[in-house]
Amino acid sequence: MVAVAVVRVRDLFAAAMLFAIYSLLSAGLFTVLDAGDVALTEAAVGAGLSTILVLAVLTLARRHEHPTGGYNWLALAVVLVTGAMLGYAAMDLPEFGNPDNPAQTHVGAHYVANTGDDMGIPNMVAAVLASYRSIDTMGEAFVIFAAALAVFALLSVRPHRGLPGVRRRRPISRRRASQRKPSP
Amino acid sequence: MKNNGILRILARFLIPLILLVGLYIQFHGEYSPGGGFQAGLVFSAGWILFVLIYGLKRGLDAIPLKAMYVLSAAGVLIYALTGLAGVLLGGRYLEFSDLLSNPQAAQQAGIIIVEFGVGLTVATVAMLLFTLFARRRQMWDEVLDEQALNDEEDSA
Repeated sequence: MVAVAVVRVRDLFAAAMLFAIYSLLSAGLFTVLDAGDVALTEAAVGAGLSTILVLAVLTLARRHEHPTGGYNWLALAVVLVTGAMLGYAAMDLPEFGNPDNPAQTHVGAHYVANTGDDMGIPNMVAAVLASYRSIDTMGEAFVIFAAALAVFALLSVRPHRGLPGVRRRRPISRRRASQRKPSP
Repeated sequence: MKNNGILRILARFLIPLILLVGLYIQFHGEYSPGGGFQAGLVFSAGWILFVLIYGLKRGLDAIPLKAMYVLSAAGVLIYALTGLAGVLLGGRYLEFSDLLSNPQAAQQAGIIIVEFGVGLTVATVAMLLFTLFARRRQMWDEVLDEQALNDEEDSA
């Protein structure tokens, strides 16, 4: 319901807030499923940081979505077909919580059996993340760093006059006007 | 928002708590849910709350922009160099067992160091992204001021 509201609402500020609520609800769902690490991440990233970043972007953009006329029937068809395919594929998924599932029988069993002997720490997620699958996590860290570099490259350049985004007129402040040297 | 008493008092109470929870998640990650990624985000959330209340300038006084650049790279470097240390001590890349004589303690030490690197990178990157977006607004305002001044001169 919240997701539908996010799509329908035209006020982008309200959409950002609804999206934060959606993330918080997902975090609650993960907590119910006993996935503490994932819940913590979802709460911190989805409800926290991404909301803050969206709000920061909103200070640069208009508050309301540009109104579009009519409906895009092709998009609706694509979404419906994809959704139907995913629903059909979901019927083949193994039963939830079954011990014979591939997730439980592959490397998972090895981690469950050996984490205590190898590491001596109770949080298996940390063991898998930082030690067994250490190179994956390093890649993740590098991706985050690369994202920061990309944003830095995009946003640290000074905007120049006549940029299409820079349009709104604002009255100049007295202080700045008086600082300016009189033109000869 | 510095002048709103409720916000200021609440933030003064909450910010140290958030930073503390961040550090707890970081260094208690082996025993309870959490780790470098979540800890970094929670820690940066505390700083962002500080900026929202007291303004970007005071936030950057606490953690300067240059420190963010350096620390975000340092976190990734800590991770990669820990892996390299394992190679130098006779193991494979990112295999922690050879770091100390006791393999279990070595694994724990490796996990803590690596998670610290991740936490450092994530925290500073989150702060950096927020700062860059916030500063962009200021840049725009400056450009708009100049534009308005020039227009005024042209018409005069």
